[in-house]
Amino acid sequence: MKDTFVLGGKEFNSRFILGSGKYSMELIKAAVENAGAEIITLAVRRTNTKQNENILDYIPDNVTLLPNTSGARDAKEAVRIARMSRELGCGDFVKIEIMKDSKYLLPDNVETIKATEILAKEGFVVLPYMYPDLYSARDLVNAGAAAVMPLASPIGSNKGLATKEFIQILIDEIDVPVIVDAGIGKPSQACEAMEMGAAAIMANTAIATAGNIPQMAGAFKNAIEAGRSAYLAGLGRVLERGASASDPLTGFLRD
Amino acid sequence: MVHINGKDVNAAGKKISEYLAENGYVVGTVAVECNEEIVSKSRYDEVVLKDGDIVEIVSFVGGGSR
Amino acid sequence: MAENQFFVDSDKLSETALAHKHLIESDKSARTNHMEYMEGMERISSDIMDKVLSAVDAYDYDSYTAVDVRRALASENCSIEDFKALLSPAALPFLEEMAKKAKIETSKHFGNTVYLFTPLYIANYCENYCVYCGFNCYNDINRKKLGYDEIEHEMKVISDSGIEEILMLTGESRSMSDVKYIGEACKLARKYFRNVGLEIYPVNSDEYRYLHECGADYVTVFQETYDSDKYETLHLMGHKRVFPYRFEAQERAIMGGMRGVGISALLGLSDFRKDALATALHAYYLQRKYPHVEYSLSCPRLRPIINNDKINPLDVGERQLCQVLCAYRIFLPYVGITVSSREQKHFRDGIVKIAATKVSAGVSTGIGDHESKYAGEEDETAGDEQFEISDARSFDEMYEDMADEGLQPVLNDYVYV
Repeated sequence: MKDTFVLGGKEFNSRFILGSGKYSMELIKAAVENAGAEIITLAVRRTNTKQNENILDYIPDNVTLLPNTSGARDAKEAVRIARMSRELGCGDFVKIEIMKDSKYLLPDNVETIKATEILAKEGFVVLPYMYPDLYSARDLVNAGAAAVMPLASPIGSNKGLATKEFIQILIDEIDVPVIVDAGIGKPSQACEAMEMGAAAIMANTAIATAGNIPQMAGAFKNAIEAGRSAYLAGLGRVLERGASASDPLTGFLRD
Repeated sequence: MVHINGKDVNAAGKKISEYLAENGYVVGTVAVECNEEIVSKSRYDEVVLKDGDIVEIVSFVGGGSR
Repeated sequence: MAENQFFVDSDKLSETALAHKHLIESDKSARTNHMEYMEGMERISSDIMDKVLSAVDAYDYDSYTAVDVRRALASENCSIEDFKALLSPAALPFLEEMAKKAKIETSKHFGNTVYLFTPLYIANYCENYCVYCGFNCYNDINRKKLGYDEIEHEMKVISDSGIEEILMLTGESRSMSDVKYIGEACKLARKYFRNVGLEIYPVNSDEYRYLHECGADYVTVFQETYDSDKYETLHLMGHKRVFPYRFEAQERAIMGGMRGVGISALLGLSDFRKDALATALHAYYLQRKYPHVEYSLSCPRLRPIINNDKINPLDVGERQLCQVLCAYRIFLPYVGITVSSREQKHFRDGIVKIAATKVSAGVSTGIGDHESKYAGEEDETAGDEQFEISDARSFDEMYEDMADEGLQPVLNDYVYV
C-alpha cells in the first residue's frame, strides 16, 4: 500500500523536511538529492545586493518551499514575515517560528497560536513550530494549523528526543500530522521519533554540521524510512522478564 | 529621507521600480513591504516613495532550525 | 434469535392497546423512523456518531488472532486496533493476562480506591415501549412518582446510611416527570449529598444547563445497543425510539455544562463485542472533542424483569463481561467503570480488584422503598422495580467488604462548583 504524507492538500513521498541553514549553497543540491527531501525550509531576510546568489537556483524544482518566520518575536512580526514570504511567490506554506528568548530560542506558544489563526484565515498552510504542550497543540489545530511541529530538544542542541513523552501525547491526541522539529541530532533519534508515529522529521543542524553533509542527509533519509516502516509494521512484543507468579485475578468467574 | 532596510536613503519621489533598478535588485527574487503593507510586484511602477516611509526589501536565504 | 423472549401481554390492557402493541411488535411499517428526530429535539453539529458507527460496522472480530492479542498486551499505548484485538474471541484465553494489565492500569489512575454510591428511583412512569425493560409502558406494574416530601424522606434515609453520592433515576416520561420536577429533586439532593448524578430521559442542552444549575453534575445515558437496526426492533414506541437523539445526549449534557457523562450499552441485546467497541469509541471520541470532561462506562447485562423472568444476557457470561471490562480499562485507563447491582457479590468483589472503580450499595430499583428495604420490611405502597438486582448489600456491608478486600472506599472525590 502506498504510504503518502499529505500536508496542506499536497502529497509527498518523503517524510524528511530539510533545513537549508548553516551550509553553502553548493552543498544544498547534493543534500536535497541524498535526503530525497521534497520540502525544504528557507528564511526571509533583507536582500543583500552585494551578494547576488539566489538560493532558489540551487533547489530542485520539484521541492516544495517552506519559508519560516525566524527572527519574529511576536505574532505581528511573524504575520508580516509570512506575508512577505508569500509575496516572494513560492506558494502558501509557512512555518511559524516565534522566539522571544535569544538564549534558548524556545518557541512562544501563545504568540504562535495568535499568528496561526491570522495566517490560516488568509489561506496559508500553517505549520507552527511549538513547545510540545497538549493544550497549545489543540489550540493550534483549532486555529487552523495544518500540522504541529513540536521540538525534540532545544534547537541546534542535537540532544535528541528530550521531550519524548510529551511528543507521544501529541501523536496520540492530535488529529493533524505531528512533525518532530529541532534538536534531532542523529539518524537513530529521527528513526525513534518515526517509530513513535511522528508523521515527519525536520532536521537541519545535524546535517549542516556533519563531516560529510550529503552522506549524513542520506543517512537521515534511511533512518526516517526505517522508522516509518517499523511504525506501520506494528512494533513487536517486548518480553517482560522476572514477572512474578501471583494468585490468579480471574479465579472468581463462574460461567 | 526614506528608511530602507534599516538605513536612511535619499529616495523620496522615486518609484519603487526605479529604486530597485538603480540599486541592483533583481525584481523576481525580492518582496517589498512599505509601512508594514506588502506592495505587490504589479504596483512597483505606481508606488512612489515619500519622506518617512519605512521600506523592507527581502528575499529567501538558507534557514532551518537555526 | 428468540426475540419473543421479550413480548408479554398484560390482561389489564384494553383491546385497542393490545391491538396497537401487537401491530408495532409485528409490523415494522407501523413504527416510526427511528433515525428521524421528533419535534422539539435539539440537533447538534457532531460527527461522533458517524465515526463510531462506521468503526463498528467495519469491525470483524473473528479476524483477530492470538498474535494480535499478544501485541496488544505488550503495547504501551493501547491503540484502537489493539482494543479491537482485546475484545475479540481470540483474547478470551488471555483473560488472566488482560486482568493483570488492567489491574496495573487501574492502580496507576485510581490507586486502590473504589467509589460507593446509591441510585434513587423517584418515578417509574414511562412513555416508551422498550421490550426488555420492566418500566415499559405496556408492562403491568405499580406506577409511582414520589412527591417532594417523599423524595426528601428517601434522601434522608439514604444519607443517614452514610452515602454521599446519589444517582437519581426516573422512567422516561416527560409528562409525568418533567424537567422542572427533576430540577426540584436535584435541589433537594444537593442538601443531602455531595455529588448528584442523573439517569433520566435525554433532554436538550438548555435543559441540561438548567438541571446543572439545580445541582446535578453528572449525566448517564445508556444507548442500550449501538446496532441501530437492532435498536429499532427493541424500542418500538416513544421518544426513546429516536436513535441519534439518544446518542448525542452526552454531548448535549456537556454543552449544558455537566462535569461528567456516563456511557453504556446493555450487553446481551445485540452483538456484545460490537456494542462494547461502540461504547468505548463513543467515550474515546467524546474525550478527544471535550478533553475537560470526566467519562465513565457501565456494563449492565440484561436481567429478568417483572412479568418476564425469561430475559437473560444470552452469550455474555461472566468471563465475557470480565474480558470487556479489562479491555475497556486497558484502552481507556482514565475512565471510571461502574458495576451495578445487576451483578452478583462474587463478581463485584472480584472485578473491583481488576478494572471497576465504582459500585452501588444499598440499592433498590423500586420507587419509595428505601426505608422499608433498609429496615427489612415489605412496603405495599411502593412502585415496582425496573429489574431484579443480584447484590443487595447495604452501604455498611459494602463499605466493610471493600475494605476487607484491601480497597479504600471513597464516598466523594471532588468539590461541586
